[in-house]
Amino acid sequence: MLETDYKPAITKKIVLDLYGIRQTFPRPNGAPAIILDDISLNLHEGEIVGVLGRSGCGKSTLLRIAAGLITPTDGFVTFQGKRLDRPAKGIAMVFQTFALFPWLTVLENVMAGLDALGVKEADAHEKALAAIDLIGLDGFETAYPRELSGGMRQRVGFARALVVDPTVLLMDEPFSALDVLTGQTLRADLIDLWTEGKLGIKSIMLVTHNIEEAVFLCDRIIVLAANPGRVAAKLEVPIPQPRERLSPAFQEIVDDIYARMTAGHSSARGAKTALAGTAMHLPVVSSHRIADLLVMLAAPPFEGKADLRTLAGQLHLDSDQLLPLADAAQILGFAEMSNVTLQLTAAGKIFAEDTPDGRKRLFAEHLLRSVPLAAHIRHVLLERPFHAAPRNRFLPELEDHLSPHEAGQTLNAIIDWGRYAEIFAYDRKHHMFSFNQDSSA
Amino acid sequence: MPNRWDLIAFPLILTLLVLLALGAKGTLAPLAVVQSTPISLDPTMLPGYAVRTVLRMLAAMAASLLFTLTYGTLAAKSRRAEIILIPILDVLQSVPILGYISFTVVFFMNLFPGRVLGAELASIFAVFTSQAWNMAFSFYQSLRTIPQDIDEASRAFRFSSWQRFWRLEAPFAVPGLVWNMMMSMSGGWFFVVASEAISVGQQQIALPGIGSYVALAIESKNLGAIGWALFTMTLVIIIYDQLMFRPLVVWADHFRYEQAAAQTVPHSWFLNTLQHAKYLPLTFRPFEYLANRILRAPILNTTIPGPLTNGRTTRGHAVDVLWYSVVILMALCGTGIVVRYLAAALDWRDILTAFQLGAYTLIRVALLIAVTSLIWVPIGVSIGLRPHLAETIQPLAQFLAAFPANLLFPFVVIFIVHFNLNPDIWLSSLMILGTQWYILFNVIAGTTAYPTDFLEAADNFQIHGWKWWRNVILPGIFPYYVTGAITASGGSWNASIVAETVSWGQTHLTAHGLGAYIAEMTAEADYPRIVLGIAVMSAYVIFFNRVLWRRLYHYGERHFRLD
Repeated sequence: MLETDYKPAITKKIVLDLYGIRQTFPRPNGAPAIILDDISLNLHEGEIVGVLGRSGCGKSTLLRIAAGLITPTDGFVTFQGKRLDRPAKGIAMVFQTFALFPWLTVLENVMAGLDALGVKEADAHEKALAAIDLIGLDGFETAYPRELSGGMRQRVGFARALVVDPTVLLMDEPFSALDVLTGQTLRADLIDLWTEGKLGIKSIMLVTHNIEEAVFLCDRIIVLAANPGRVAAKLEVPIPQPRERLSPAFQEIVDDIYARMTAGHSSARGAKTALAGTAMHLPVVSSHRIADLLVMLAAPPFEGKADLRTLAGQLHLDSDQLLPLADAAQILGFAEMSNVTLQLTAAGKIFAEDTPDGRKRLFAEHLLRSVPLAAHIRHVLLERPFHAAPRNRFLPELEDHLSPHEAGQTLNAIIDWGRYAEIFAYDRKHHMFSFNQDSSA
Repeated sequence: MPNRWDLIAFPLILTLLVLLALGAKGTLAPLAVVQSTPISLDPTMLPGYAVRTVLRMLAAMAASLLFTLTYGTLAAKSRRAEIILIPILDVLQSVPILGYISFTVVFFMNLFPGRVLGAELASIFAVFTSQAWNMAFSFYQSLRTIPQDIDEASRAFRFSSWQRFWRLEAPFAVPGLVWNMMMSMSGGWFFVVASEAISVGQQQIALPGIGSYVALAIESKNLGAIGWALFTMTLVIIIYDQLMFRPLVVWADHFRYEQAAAQTVPHSWFLNTLQHAKYLPLTFRPFEYLANRILRAPILNTTIPGPLTNGRTTRGHAVDVLWYSVVILMALCGTGIVVRYLAAALDWRDILTAFQLGAYTLIRVALLIAVTSLIWVPIGVSIGLRPHLAETIQPLAQFLAAFPANLLFPFVVIFIVHFNLNPDIWLSSLMILGTQWYILFNVIAGTTAYPTDFLEAADNFQIHGWKWWRNVILPGIFPYYVTGAITASGGSWNASIVAETVSWGQTHLTAHGLGAYIAEMTAEADYPRIVLGIAVMSAYVIFFNRVLWRRLYHYGERHFRLD
């Protein structure tokens, strides 16, 4: 339970300790890609710790390392004073996709974890029923997961994790596959059970990309930055439970985190751009979404300027979806981000008010000027006798600097943007870029 | 009081048990009994023969399952085993089953001298080899593609290897396995019929069964008896489907991984009867108890250790090198032995002959697939577009695919003999007789699965005629068609061994081809040439698969996916 005068839990016992975690994966050419770089964090008794970051920052990998499912390249995990080298008794996990066995009933799913511990069948049965009852699933014992709604399925996921009496509960974006309302209900139920001390768990580690969710649930939040994943900020949430989403204190913390996440990201990107040139990692967002964002931003009530939290609400996007969009607008020089405010540039304003054809021309102009990769592709196409080049002409160049996944993403982004700007065409069937004389900008 | 479901279920199950017991008794008899009581063409004998044939099928299926669970698991779990087991499986899938029956007969007869069991096992083994490979392959692939989230869940909750297998791996593999069992089964009838009456050199065996009955009927030109055999076979396949496979399919539906509820839930009256019966479930209690005990047994009770990717360890480089060297060495030795064996008895002309005959058979298979595709694709599409019609035709097509075509051979042969037709051309039709249905029912399935809004859009934009076929429907059914055509072509190669040389009474018809070559060498017990024939046919099949089918399949997957 959390008091108003909550102090950092230095005096409390450390349950789970991650020290100097580094995770890399080998790349065919060049140095290994770094997913996580020197991350240390620990989990004290009685607290919920949130690991917050944008997709691709390695936060799920970090959780799996904490669970003993992945052994880190460097660094180590200790659980209750012992080195962790495999999944341990006392650590339970809740999955984003629920990860229920579809061929087992609710009861059998919950019992499965107890069977693995060698609990006698009768005892397991009794315990499972109690857990199902606690989590609000009674009456559904004999149902199969596919008969249940997403929210009910995740309740089964929770019951399955709780029934093994874990010391630590690890949660991997447990609410992100649910609709907004169901997610809220489930979060509220979870925090009620936690504050009432009914879970029998010492501490919880939650991985999420949802800032509000982290502020709503967690006592401490670790913000991860991407490329490579590293700790960008650690902060505390000194608001007592139950927390009120609309309270000024709550909003203030959300804004603060928004600022830290965008700041961390921009500097990382700046560094990368200077280093890599054409191999700048582009966010995978459709050109049409960028256009929509700019138009929305130009219109009332924003009139060219909005803070990210309000914008996210207005566009019905969460931070994980909005930030890449804002990044893209920024890369193209249509908007500028300062602290937590996104502001249209002069070009952005013109874009928003232009005709569809005018927008395309402006987009093409900015694309060629601000994204070296676009200019590079066009240059190669112009030089070639038939004005065509395969995808593999560019992919290896990108892979010199980016992970294969990022390289693919970047190429897909540039294909979409290039098609919209009509600066080149792309034939997906044959993986060929081509340069179309009459459609050139 | 027992309810009405009990009244149906109990007699049915007891009848099945009694039939199985009676059939099994004959299996252990001395060989002399079979030889002294020759096959009779009396139709009243047919039910007994049918039971024996079915028993062989069941035994082969049980063996295939056992093989699948062990071989498939080993290949999926051990990277070192995988590099040997999977290529072997790939080759075995392409080896003509009826080609090596001569070896297996000799082998099993020597294993149980003077007993029927040897001949029985040879026949069962032939059926087994027609069923096991694709089942093992399906199981292996299921184990390799277990979704990451439930894999992680099972590890995070520290399932033991034993628990992991029964709770995660086996259930996940069930739908694919049951589907492959059905396909195997429908292929199996052909081979059980073909393998019951075998003559290798001087040794002639006719095991009591429908296959031997038909063989005798052909020898004595008895059309009526063949009619009875067809009728019996039809009943047997229908009963088999209703009592075994329908319930299995319904049961397998539980294990679908998709979380969404199914559109159409499969249905089985037999399973319904069993489930609604009041007292019958009591007799299953001991089995349920046993299954539960096995599931919870503290066997292999270790959690899977340390750093894992897909449940496989990733260490031990030096051992790897050693292992690969041993494997390569063994492969070289094996090749050496085979080459020396063949070289002692054969010269280059034999090899040339075999390849030439193989080319004839290849031309036949290719032409037949082309011709039957031209016929069945349009028909299949028009059936598939009419859902009600498809519902009635689809089971029929599946039945026809399962029906052993070799029972129908006599009718075609009589026709050819009567009109004095060229066997090189007309015997070819026998090869595709049983396998063309795979094309039909896959095309129907593809058309049924084709999204209606695409069809409506095509209608709306007035796309008709050739354009409609080329741009609308053919790309949509392409993957289904290729699946059907692969099965049909594989089946045709296998069938060539019994289809290229046939007889009616004393009239023998032979076409030029590799199938006829293997059949002749089997009759003469010329082992080196049998081996040569099998090797060449396997080579052709593998080549055909790699060069044509696999590419088409991947092309379809890349370009014509509908999602």
